[in-house]
Amino acid sequence: MNSKKSDFVKFEQVDKSYDGKELVVKGLDLDIAEGEFLTLLGPSGSGKTTTLMMLAGFETPTNGEIYFDGRPINNIPPHKRGIGMVFQNYALFPHLSVYENLAFPLKVRKVDKSEIEERINKTLKMVSLTGFENRMPAQLSGGQQQRVAVARALVFDPKLVLMDEPLGALDKNLRESMQYELKHIHESLGVTVVYVTHDQGEALTMSNRIAVFNDGKVQQLSGPNELYETPVNSFVASFIGENNTFTGTVKEIASGSAKIETDSGETIVANPIAVNSSGEKSRISLRPERVSIDPNEQLENKFTSEIREIIYHGDHTRVRVNLLGNDDFILKVPNASSDLKLNVGDKLNLGWSSHDCRALDY
Amino acid sequence: MTAEIRTSDGELLSVKLKKVERRRRTTAFLLAAPLLFFIVFAYVIPIFQMLGRSIDNAEMNSFLTETHEVMQTWDGSEMPGEDVTSTFYYELKTAVENKYHGKIATRLNYEKGGFTSLIKKTSRKLKNFDENANFLDQFIDVHKKWGDIEYWQALKRGTDAYHFRKYLTTFDYEQKFDGSIERIPEKLRINVTLWLRTIFVAVGVTFCCFILAYPISHLLSVLPTRYSNLLMICVLLPFWTSLLVRTSSWMVLLQKQGVLNDTLVSLGFVADESRLELMYNMTGTFIAMTQILLPFMVLPLYSVMKTISPSLMRAATSMGATPFHAFRKIYFPLTYAGISAGSILVFVLAIGYYITPALVGGAKGILISNRIAYHMQQSLDWSLATAMATVLLIAVLVVYWLYNKIVGIDNMRLG
Repeated sequence: MNSKKSDFVKFEQVDKSYDGKELVVKGLDLDIAEGEFLTLLGPSGSGKTTTLMMLAGFETPTNGEIYFDGRPINNIPPHKRGIGMVFQNYALFPHLSVYENLAFPLKVRKVDKSEIEERINKTLKMVSLTGFENRMPAQLSGGQQQRVAVARALVFDPKLVLMDEPLGALDKNLRESMQYELKHIHESLGVTVVYVTHDQGEALTMSNRIAVFNDGKVQQLSGPNELYETPVNSFVASFIGENNTFTGTVKEIASGSAKIETDSGETIVANPIAVNSSGEKSRISLRPERVSIDPNEQLENKFTSEIREIIYHGDHTRVRVNLLGNDDFILKVPNASSDLKLNVGDKLNLGWSSHDCRALDY
Repeated sequence: MTAEIRTSDGELLSVKLKKVERRRRTTAFLLAAPLLFFIVFAYVIPIFQMLGRSIDNAEMNSFLTETHEVMQTWDGSEMPGEDVTSTFYYELKTAVENKYHGKIATRLNYEKGGFTSLIKKTSRKLKNFDENANFLDQFIDVHKKWGDIEYWQALKRGTDAYHFRKYLTTFDYEQKFDGSIERIPEKLRINVTLWLRTIFVAVGVTFCCFILAYPISHLLSVLPTRYSNLLMICVLLPFWTSLLVRTSSWMVLLQKQGVLNDTLVSLGFVADESRLELMYNMTGTFIAMTQILLPFMVLPLYSVMKTISPSLMRAATSMGATPFHAFRKIYFPLTYAGISAGSILVFVLAIGYYITPALVGGAKGILISNRIAYHMQQSLDWSLATAMATVLLIAVLVVYWLYNKIVGIDNMRLG
């Protein structure tokens, strides 16, 4: 077996503009490894879908080159690229049955009849839709249509499959079970998947690596846990998961620790990630679950807050407090400690380690 | 047996439901009633009355009721007896006194040429008849045509209360007086030619409209709204101009000294002495009708194409289909509903088209509808006109029936 290529798909200095005035994708460099599940995550208008469309061949890069399996593909039309694609609205052919939908890419490739049948049976079994061959797309539920769309993108054994927000139209429960299913399909087939979504939960669940897009650029490219635990800038920190922030100015900086004076005048000891010298403005990011209530242990940061709002969430309670002039500081209190008596207006002692508190760009 | 379900006040559920629903249904009916009455009285009844005329001869029958009755015993193989001729004499005399003998002359003339002058001359001489002498001889004395048995046979046939001979005429057949059915002499045949030409033009115009409308509709469905609205206005513009104005404009464009010919001549494509004959023939009818009926093809096509997601074509190409293959296997089949709706609409309108062929068609470009108009307005043979109209109506209904069989009328989308 060949060793897996780390640059199976390669974007090299790719720019894209639709109107000649604004760049939707700016100088994109991105390597996608063979067999990887890579998610392009970002808010709408961040350039993630455009990137996917350029890879599929429906949009042409304005500048730069895209390589697929070592070949430049800018001038190869979509139908010669051999890339499977799952569309946002499934794009099943409404006048063809499930079987005919799946047979379409195989017939185009002139696969002979017995093999077509064999492959379709195998693929339908994989997405657990055996017995649905003769249904028309309109007779299927949303989740079933979704599976057919996935099956159709996989049935001709493409090396690369693109998915453009394929779960967007499903309800929450179905979406979660489909996430696991897609993850398992990817693991069992070893196919390379490039997945576009604006749902961070989806991205964190399924991906090997996530590329966070904003403003036409990749802000951070790393695995799900690094992305959550160690965001490299304030956009990523605020986009992924929940986040409390303070703004302030760096007073003292040493390796692994910086003293930052917040706008309210207190000093926070933080982990300097994107600040280098004193006097710099910084935005400090702190995950709600890293804050301890009534801390006993030795913590660099200890402050007193005042409760503003208590919201019951079933498995946990969210408490909004005022801390160091920030009125939107969120705490997550697990349900196990609900014996804790919380009332609006109460004072609450909070503390956190300097390591969990990341000083990022302003 | 299932138990009867009752509401909590003890009434039968089905009875109660009807009571509650009745008010709503009555309101709905009352709202639709004005239109219903309008359609029945202004549309359905007049049409059936008109269509009835194609077989109806009751007026003629009432003029000469007794003659007709007496003639039933006459087999027509030899000259009629005195019972027939005397009855005819007395009834004609009443007709002259009441001044409706002119109508009799006209109607009998449809049966056999020469009747107009025959009846008129006979009517004038009627007062000289001796009511005690042989009537047949006296008739022959007045006009020798009364000695020809065919006139008596025509008289017998012409006073039937109803008949279907106009339908034979519609297809250039006639019924001889001996009852046999034959084609009319070749130089008189015109209707079959017109039927064939009408069908040819209707099919041809439908096809031309389809070829022209398909790309435009596709463009309309994919352009951004800004541009598609503008293009839509261009497509619909013909709808907002009078049909007569549009047809006349085509005359300005197409005539021998018209804009198109002038342009071609000045560009040197056509010599001045061999200007193209674009009008007063089939070409003119074709061009003008295609332009006028184009929107009826564009609208259904557009409404269907608008619903086809562009991602379907993308999906097909991502699976390896060439753009042409994707079009043929995916896009085109999805537009069948629009194609069939547009085609039936254009075909049905084209098959009965009147003004355009009348103005730009000339003698070589007229259609069956023009012939119907001719019989309504000039020859005044309303029976023949309505017989033709009935055949046309049946043809359209057959097309409609076929459409329903093949495509299903529920799939029709008209924009």
